[in-house]
Amino acid sequence: MKKWLKSAFALAIGGTSLLWSGMVQAVEIEYWQYTYASRVEAIDKLIQNFEAANPGVTVKHTHFPYADYRKKVAIAVSAGDGPDVVQLYYGWLNDYREGGLIQPLSSSAFPHATIEKDFFPMVGTMKVDGEYWGLPTAVRSLALFWNKDMFAEAGLSGPPETLDEMVDYARKLTKKDADGNYLSVGFAVDTDGQDHHWWREVLIRLYGGQPYSDDGKTVAYTSDAGAKALKFVTDFEAVHKVGANGFMNRGQDAFAAGKAGMVLDGSFRISKFVKQEGLNFAISELPGHNGNRYNFSSYWVNGISSKAEGEKKAAAEKFLQYLTSDEAMQLWLDTVGELPAKPAVALVDANKTHPLYGPFIRGLSYANATAFVSEKPQRQSLIDAYDMVVLQGADPAAALKKVAKAEQEVFDEFFDN
Amino acid sequence: MTDFWNRLTIGQKLAITAWLFLAIPLVFYITIRFYPTFEAFYVSTLKWNLLGAKKAIGFKNYIKIFADEDFWLVLWNTIKYALVGVPVSMLIAFVIAYWLNEIHFGHDMIRAMYFIPFLTTAVAMAWVWRWFYQPLPIGYFNIMLSWMGIPQQPFLKSVTQALYAIMAPAVWAGLGFQIVIFIAGIRAIPRSYFEAAEIDGAGRWQILREITLPALKPTMIFLTVVSTIGFLRIFDQVYTMSADSAGGPLNSTKPLVLMIYEFAFDEFKLGRASALTVILFMILLVVSLVQLWLMRKHK
Repeated sequence: MKKWLKSAFALAIGGTSLLWSGMVQAVEIEYWQYTYASRVEAIDKLIQNFEAANPGVTVKHTHFPYADYRKKVAIAVSAGDGPDVVQLYYGWLNDYREGGLIQPLSSSAFPHATIEKDFFPMVGTMKVDGEYWGLPTAVRSLALFWNKDMFAEAGLSGPPETLDEMVDYARKLTKKDADGNYLSVGFAVDTDGQDHHWWREVLIRLYGGQPYSDDGKTVAYTSDAGAKALKFVTDFEAVHKVGANGFMNRGQDAFAAGKAGMVLDGSFRISKFVKQEGLNFAISELPGHNGNRYNFSSYWVNGISSKAEGEKKAAAEKFLQYLTSDEAMQLWLDTVGELPAKPAVALVDANKTHPLYGPFIRGLSYANATAFVSEKPQRQSLIDAYDMVVLQGADPAAALKKVAKAEQEVFDEFFDN
Repeated sequence: MTDFWNRLTIGQKLAITAWLFLAIPLVFYITIRFYPTFEAFYVSTLKWNLLGAKKAIGFKNYIKIFADEDFWLVLWNTIKYALVGVPVSMLIAFVIAYWLNEIHFGHDMIRAMYFIPFLTTAVAMAWVWRWFYQPLPIGYFNIMLSWMGIPQQPFLKSVTQALYAIMAPAVWAGLGFQIVIFIAGIRAIPRSYFEAAEIDGAGRWQILREITLPALKPTMIFLTVVSTIGFLRIFDQVYTMSADSAGGPLNSTKPLVLMIYEFAFDEFKLGRASALTVILFMILLVVSLVQLWLMRKHK
């Protein structure tokens, strides 16, 4: 009886909604992301394609500055307002999940087996408590940007392949005035930029350690490898004197101005550097050590907010399916410069050998994504450890011990809940 | 209704009309100012991430705050902003106001020039100063230092200099306001005092010490309180200018308000943030009460 009633009810609803969808009932869902010209352009294009293929569903695209993004999403969704489909940084997943901002993706619309077969393995960080909570359109990795003119002037023919070469090249690329002030730096250190990822997922591993325990609940970088990795980063400024953290405000600015020989950054920076007149640069894979190479990958995912229910949820699922389709991924690469999240789309020859994207895409195959508990305080660890060593002359191991204590507290507080 | 209205006296009608108009700011204050203030006291006893369930934890937030060494560093930073910023800015403002009052040519223009920074957006100004402080080859201050043969200074990149480097534009921005108030204060002193002193043969220094400064006491108390509260609430300049994430390097420039902001909107620890707000509220309350007491004594 009950079952019969349920199916009759479902049929009735399905029937009427089908009837209405073609006539008057148009579902409007909201999509939120932060303002970044090429991302906005890409989403606008994707919405256009999606709406053309799905009459009756419209997507309202809202974007606002990054600085306010997390706050606005949190406040809007908790007030029952805001987006149905929302973009979030993968490192925020736990915050969003704990806060009840997003709901798990239904396994009927997004079968786990398909996700695990199609996407790069690092997307696995999105699976918590047996459910997927979001899926990326694109992934990011790091690569070394180098200034071709400065390299040629210093008599260097190609990018450094190892960490030792990197230091050596940085020395040759640095220019100072008579008083020893930098005119240009060999390597633009920028702890507030991407360098904390480099230290955590690349350098520590190159020196034979790992940043966190396997279960992701304990800080593990207070090892010898962690200290060596920190020393490698801080030595650029403190010992070799071939770079200064925040030289010309940010590493990317120094490089764009032609005042830095090398800088580490993601593929999303390509569009900025390409537009820079007079900047003649190339990109290569991150230097390795002892024959090993590592990379860091990160990504933004699209999730379905806890607010989406009923037909809006159905429309949100459809839109999310489109956002994670092969077609959307190639469009995202061409418009935004971020790498497709599926090997089948990313690892085609045209992408792999692309002079600009190629090094990033090749880096994906040996990349790790950090399972952040909360990215901001965790990023602060390297920033502070770096300052303790460079500004206060602390020993790298002692500095790490100090910041590890603070970071472990963040872990404990999170996992105790 | 009209009966009721007609039966009222003119005085009563006036009172009702007045209250009707007053109700608008009153409602505003009660809903936008007072209610959230009391709510903050309540939230400070909760563990709450803005979204999930609220959990009452008593005074645990306060205990955690007082046990946190960063809090004491941040509190000390906040006090340093006020302790150094207030006397320095008042001294500069008084000296400028004193001499500005003596001149007539270009008086208005110079006063306006000092006042313009007060009208400028703090964030825009802080960004310009941030660039001033950069190392060579782009930082204006360091370029000047190197012309004079003085070694480069790290400014915002130093745990000892950064706080003062950030304070400087805050002092500069507040100067115009203080100067205008000082000039008004000086002008309010009756001319006859000065004339009498001159006839008695008092020198410039004597007049300043015995007449001008004592007569300016209410002005100075007012400015001290206003700028103390201003410096205790400093935020924009620090948020915009500090290096290695807001309040850095190594928290050496972080004031209380920024710590509140980070707890509330970066880590979503609303309870902890509210507890800090209550602490800041108490500090400001004490400062204001001391002001009232001093003013009353003066009368």
